[in-house]
Amino acid sequence: MTLARSGPRRRWAYQLDVKGSPYFYIAPFFLLFGAVGMFPLLYTAYVSLTNWNLLEPTRHWVGLANYAELLTDDYFWNALFNTVSIWLLSTVPQLLAALFIAHMLNRSLRARTFFRMGVLLPNVTSIVAVTIIFAQLFGRDFGMVNWALDLVGLDPVDWQAGTLSSHIAISLIVIWRWTGYNALIYLAAMQTIPEHLYEAATLDGAGQFTQFRKITIPMLRPTIIFTAVVSTIGGFQIIAEPLLFQAGTGNPTGGSDRQFQTVGLYLYEQGFSLYKFGYASAIAWTLCLIIVVMALVNYSITRRIRRS
Amino acid sequence: MTTIITEAPRQARVPRSRAARPRGGRRSAGFWTYAALVAVLLGSLFPVYWSLIVASHDNDAIARVPPVLTPGGHLFENIARVFDTTAFGKAMLNSFIVSGSVTVSVVLFSTLAGFAFAKLRFRGRTSLLVVAIATTTVPHQLGIIPLYILMAELGWTGRLEAVIVPGLVTAFGVFFMTQYLSSAVPDELLEAGRIDGCSTLRLFWHVVVPAARPAAAVLGLFTFMQAWNDFFWPLVVLTPENPTVQVALSSLASGYTTDYALVLTGTVLATVPVVAVFAALGRQIIGGIMSGAIKG
Repeated sequence: MTLARSGPRRRWAYQLDVKGSPYFYIAPFFLLFGAVGMFPLLYTAYVSLTNWNLLEPTRHWVGLANYAELLTDDYFWNALFNTVSIWLLSTVPQLLAALFIAHMLNRSLRARTFFRMGVLLPNVTSIVAVTIIFAQLFGRDFGMVNWALDLVGLDPVDWQAGTLSSHIAISLIVIWRWTGYNALIYLAAMQTIPEHLYEAATLDGAGQFTQFRKITIPMLRPTIIFTAVVSTIGGFQIIAEPLLFQAGTGNPTGGSDRQFQTVGLYLYEQGFSLYKFGYASAIAWTLCLIIVVMALVNYSITRRIRRS
Repeated sequence: MTTIITEAPRQARVPRSRAARPRGGRRSAGFWTYAALVAVLLGSLFPVYWSLIVASHDNDAIARVPPVLTPGGHLFENIARVFDTTAFGKAMLNSFIVSGSVTVSVVLFSTLAGFAFAKLRFRGRTSLLVVAIATTTVPHQLGIIPLYILMAELGWTGRLEAVIVPGLVTAFGVFFMTQYLSSAVPDELLEAGRIDGCSTLRLFWHVVVPAARPAAAVLGLFTFMQAWNDFFWPLVVLTPENPTVQVALSSLASGYTTDYALVLTGTVLATVPVVAVFAALGRQIIGGIMSGAIKG
């Protein structure tokens, strides 16, 4: 109980310490987070309802006009299409590959840590470095990918120029960077699956693949949902890869025909090349809405998979 | 005990150690498993290795057919060129300042808040924790324009404060430490401290901080690597004259040149610090990821 060794004064100080000090400990987080996290978020909503442009002195309330403009903006729809395309091309193979890699890592292996570190290395390198390296590898004239295609008798591809080819290349960057990370998450979940399930299945004569399909996948469902949702949230915000993919430009249009401009990149172009803050904020809120909807859709789809 | 909440200890989210080896019955790996894993590994390592190859040659080597796959002798010459061509030295220093201060601050404030949320009882505790956790899911880009306006108002654009201050706390850090401390610090130890007349702050310093050390190391590692690799916000708010490494790298790559030896030497230099940290502490990093929801 309370320690009132030296009278009421001490007791009062003790009460203050116990009742008040927790707020002191959480205050730095909430104050800083409120100022640089929450406030900007809410303020974006206000900015999106104005025609705030850094290059023009006048600022007006324009209501939903920015959103209305967005709906008829071909560049926005193009960017949305590119985002969805790159997201699908990267997320689906990435998560499938991660499942199989995790499955392999889950056996008793020599040099376990070495393999785990090897598959995780791409994830600790920066997006900028990775994208620059891949842009070089996918180069039209001196890229190693085209050299390899030539080796097997295929025509070289101008990766940056085409819509599908650039989407594939950018997706590969994402896949390369995130597969190992997801594999480790799956591995952690796989290690909680009771071994006797597999033993029983083996006794019943189920093969490796059947066990993987009938035991591993269903048991991993919550983890698969988690990774799918996280990949969706990340995939829809993709900016750096398309921004840096075209070596030598750093162009916010995402290619000469905007063939790989994503919504995030369009936001960047409107906000920080053209300084149309109002319009860019409308893009930000629309993007956020799309992400929420996609994450929910994703959640319900993945939940259905392998419901046993 | 008035101040101690008794809560069922949560499962510790500690990095898995050697103790978590696969149990006896785990199927062992055959030839094809090793072959496939080695292939995956080569795929993982190759792009990084390739950047090192290009960085150690002169520019002509890149166009050679078939491509050269062994390191050349021009690495140091290329490094010197990177530092001559761009403000790379300043960028490295800036990145160390930013990542270092962000890491210290995130670890300190997360441990403080995590201690309060995990072990102290106060009004509004649950709802405040829910608010903190909920904010981890909000997309970053949503607030970027007002944040830029805010930094412009403060006169911080182009300055390191603009990158450091928004990074000083993370909701994820608070969540991570709360989860860890609720099981890592025994309530009995805190009670004993109280009986001995410790103030809450002394309890924090003498009981919580030592117990939090392993989790603080993992959190610090992740925070440092994330801050070091962060690109988009620094690109928006800093200038090419006063960049972080990632921003310097992107402007190096965006020049109207195709001096690949130079550009890829830059990527090597920017990657070295994180790869060094990773090589030294990879086991803890993997433990941190496998123990749950570290978001990249």
